[in-house]
Amino acid sequence: MLTLQFIPYIDIEVLGSPERVEKLLKVVKENKIILLEGKLRPREEADLIRRTMEEINDNFKGIEISPINVHRKEDLAFFRKVKSVLINFLLGDRQGLTIIGPATVVKEIKADPDKIQLLTEDGSHKKKR
Amino acid sequence: MINVFKKFLNLFFKDLFLEKGEVKLGLYGPPNGGKTTLANKICVDWIGEEMGRASKVAHETREVQIKEQITIKRDSKELTFSLVDTPGIATKIDYEEFLKAGMKEVEAKSRAKEATKGVIDAIKWLDDMDCVIVVLDGTKDPYTQVNITIIGNLEARKIPVLLVANKMDLKKSDIKHVQAAFPQYEVIGISAKTGEGVDVFYEKLFELRSKAFKNKRR
Repeated sequence: MLTLQFIPYIDIEVLGSPERVEKLLKVVKENKIILLEGKLRPREEADLIRRTMEEINDNFKGIEISPINVHRKEDLAFFRKVKSVLINFLLGDRQGLTIIGPATVVKEIKADPDKIQLLTEDGSHKKKR
Repeated sequence: MINVFKKFLNLFFKDLFLEKGEVKLGLYGPPNGGKTTLANKICVDWIGEEMGRASKVAHETREVQIKEQITIKRDSKELTFSLVDTPGIATKIDYEEFLKAGMKEVEAKSRAKEATKGVIDAIKWLDDMDCVIVVLDGTKDPYTQVNITIIGNLEARKIPVLLVANKMDLKKSDIKHVQAAFPQYEVIGISAKTGEGVDVFYEKLFELRSKAFKNKRR
């Protein structure tokens, strides 16, 4: 059975970087796919990869991680870029969603600003707008 | 007081070595992008011997490899650096992929275990780099989480970066794809295997060293 767990940013906001990484890794190792509000900082992403490597065994092969940004800055016209920079300034790491899942459960994560398509090992897929 | 004096000496001599061109240049990127092939190309061109073993099976490089005192000469310029070839960074490692490549189970599991240690080391070594070449497979989608994480971490650490789109000898390669994925970075196209574009690459190393030197001076 596929379990999605939504983690609001407020749940990790008060945690230090090591604690954030441990919390996310713990959930993924329970075979759940995390929908994280916001995104990790680059160093936290690197730490998550490092800690994932330390946990890999016959049952846990690693993770798939995919941030879903509202827009990539390069794609925006000028005023939308300004708006994006302002939103980024105000909301920072809280923007967007990050999907993190165990590699054995999530066959492929494709992120698209308009729809999320999740493919799982059993071949079923769900599309959500 | 002694610690303050030690720190001062450290800073002074570190700057002195950087002025003389002593730079730690890292090769980073996802597995199978061609980092070791490029490392071998550089080493063969300038010191006459290869650095490591490359193969089509991912995670061939599973330990950080260092070659010190490589000197590149262009016109009247010289650049001396230590070349650091790192294991490819991945978010997952499955020994079953190595079984598909024809390995036996014991060997595949051992390789997977070594590969995980390699990724850990590669991440740890990020802090020690003065500048980094990110080697991307020019035939594959460059906008992956691993690539974003590597480049994001280099930016966060203020380490100068040059992106290299490798495998330009292959028909499927597309440097524009890489440039579009990371428009804020300079991207050059090369083939580490055939040597195409490597002259331009060597020129860019001098620019990279200058940026590393400016960063250290701040």
